[in-house]
Amino acid sequence: MSEYKKGGGMIRGIPHDTIEQSLPILAVFVAILVAVGGIVEIVPSYYLDDAEPAVEGVRPYTPLELEGYAIYRREGCFLCHSQMIRPFRDEKERYGHFSLAAESGFDHNYQWGSKRTGPDLARLGGKYTDAWHIQHMRAPRSVVPESVMPNYLWLEENKLDTSKTKRRMEVLAMMNVPYSPDDIANWEVDLKAQAAVDDGEGEDALRTRYERKVWAMGEKQDEDVTTWTDSFEPTPINVRAFDGDASDVTELDALIAYLQMLGKSVHFEEGVDYYHDKFGQPYRK
Amino acid sequence: MSSVAEKEQYNYDIVKFCVIVGILMGVVGTAIGTWIASELAFPIMNFDIAEISFGRLRPVHTNTVIFGFGGFLLYGAGLYMVQHCTHARVRLEKLAWTAIALWLVAMLCVWATLPLGITQAKEYHEAEWWIDLIMAASWVCFTISFLATIAARKMSHIYVGLWFFISMLFMVTYIFVFNGLCIPVDMTFSYSAYSGIHDAMTQWWWGHNAVGFFLTAGFIGVMYYFVPKHANRPIYSYRLSVLHFWSLTFLYVWVGAHHLHYTATPDWTLSLGAGMSIALIFPSWGGMINGMMTMSGAWDKLRTDPVMRFMVVALAFYGMSTFEGPLMGTKSVNALSHYTDWTIGHVHSGALGWNAMIAIGAMYHMITRMWNTEMWSAKLVNMHFWVHLTGAVLYITAMWGSGVLQGLMWRAFDEYGNLVYTFADSVAAMHPFYALRATGGFLVFCGFCIMLYNTLKTISAVKAGTNVTLTAEARA
Repeated sequence: MSEYKKGGGMIRGIPHDTIEQSLPILAVFVAILVAVGGIVEIVPSYYLDDAEPAVEGVRPYTPLELEGYAIYRREGCFLCHSQMIRPFRDEKERYGHFSLAAESGFDHNYQWGSKRTGPDLARLGGKYTDAWHIQHMRAPRSVVPESVMPNYLWLEENKLDTSKTKRRMEVLAMMNVPYSPDDIANWEVDLKAQAAVDDGEGEDALRTRYERKVWAMGEKQDEDVTTWTDSFEPTPINVRAFDGDASDVTELDALIAYLQMLGKSVHFEEGVDYYHDKFGQPYRK
Repeated sequence: MSSVAEKEQYNYDIVKFCVIVGILMGVVGTAIGTWIASELAFPIMNFDIAEISFGRLRPVHTNTVIFGFGGFLLYGAGLYMVQHCTHARVRLEKLAWTAIALWLVAMLCVWATLPLGITQAKEYHEAEWWIDLIMAASWVCFTISFLATIAARKMSHIYVGLWFFISMLFMVTYIFVFNGLCIPVDMTFSYSAYSGIHDAMTQWWWGHNAVGFFLTAGFIGVMYYFVPKHANRPIYSYRLSVLHFWSLTFLYVWVGAHHLHYTATPDWTLSLGAGMSIALIFPSWGGMINGMMTMSGAWDKLRTDPVMRFMVVALAFYGMSTFEGPLMGTKSVNALSHYTDWTIGHVHSGALGWNAMIAIGAMYHMITRMWNTEMWSAKLVNMHFWVHLTGAVLYITAMWGSGVLQGLMWRAFDEYGNLVYTFADSVAAMHPFYALRATGGFLVFCGFCIMLYNTLKTISAVKAGTNVTLTAEARA
């Protein structure tokens, strides 16, 4: 490559010849240079308090909702539906209050998505009835003629596989999602209670566990405790046969339980002062 | 330039394998792409089968084209050019073969798991943790063999194309490892080590740098070897290559944040990402200009040589998408374009225009050099060019149209302050664009089929001895 060598040597005082004649020097320079941007942009979000302000009401998923989240992931819903409302007038009209960082704080991984082939789902909870969802999953075009969503017929046919539920909660607890040992031990009772297949006997215990106001994070219970103010009333847990059939727990039960709680945790009340601080982050004063 | 005796010492078998598998990946990847595009235009194409429903099949398409087609091109062209630029046979050949074999195994695992819904649900990083480990092992084997070959070079300087490969090898290792960190529940499910905004930042640090280093630095490296070589001209400016190499390497890393404009991510990060996105046009165009100007004195080749045409049009698309990218990276444009098909159009102007065309050009170049033959049919190469170009342009313009239309429909208010359109209205408006996009994708798929056929015919002609060998000038 003689023609290329001609221009070598010093470039504005930098001995580039030396760099490009030595693999170790070139490699070390490159290895350091490519690391800078990521470190500067990602690491501070763990240390700056304003990055992810705590918001009252956000709680971890119940076992049934957690299975619903797994089905949402499995079917690739996030490829066509976002869960991140931007602070624009049209998005407020169409979807509701813009999304807060804390609302996806327990999502490993996040489900913000990057494309809206279908509408945003961040505040889908409570917008439609269970019956609408059942019909929409069976045949989307029977309720929304313009829809291009596939029919998800298998969801109501498949019995929910709960063999992983306990392990899921244990793994999340390792990463400071505040499931207590009690929450994890009672996963099966709670799951059945929420899908209303237990004749209502576990409902009170489920509510006591998931409508509580103190959530302590994993091992570091002394430092990391989320306590809601006394006046704050957590959103009641949905308890019912979501797929309309109380005889067993199907995948559709889990998915609808998940969809019906999306965006319901935080109460966006009229007159409450939410605003952007200097980092563009909404929090409650 | 190396003598023929030296050239015969090169390991071409490994490159030949990569090129053929790469073409097959192109055929399969664009076939799946056409299928899922048709599912959006005509939802009945989902056939109520879970394994081929859009949400499960879409990552199979992206993985096959990026890591299958793109990956095998980078492995193949990388091993070809590292030997030519160092005049040394590839070092640690068994390790290099292991890298290729593991990559192929990983691709088979991807095809086997994603349709079953076994996914990490991270865009462009869907394969579960144990497939990640296979891919990482492959990458490490390739890196060691590649660097060992550079270390064994028979001249003092390391060629600029190889710098870009080195930056790709390091950066892709970083982003792949850190974005892939997770705790497995079992073989079929894992939870990301990050949640919420942290996961979002890490994901797009990965997402944009998979584009920035896998699909840009690596492919720019390919461009730096194959364009001057095929045009038989020296690279236009050495100083420009130095400048644009270091600035591209430094700047690309920062811009992933522009995928998160107006989300709950800290605003200072997004502004930084937007600023860096604008700055990125300079190094990007540095590379484009350096490639284009290399054609000085060789522009006449465009008239006669369709392979040269692939390469030059690839550079034109690269310049166009790297202008569009900074535009979409600014907040006000992103407010319109985000969540719409414009993003898909932008990705495909890069993927079909830049990546695929420079890859196809490099592949044709390597096939003729490695088998020492003209292509079986020059007409089919020419036809491939026009079919591919038409398909790419149809695809991109359809997505521009639908993307801008979508964005404008979503934000339209009437004089009473009400939204003019429901979301469903915007979905209905997409139909003609989706049908057009599927047609464009189908043409690209046809192009790859032509390429596969022509390549197989070329190889069998070589085996039968009925081929036309390259002239000494072309072989040089």
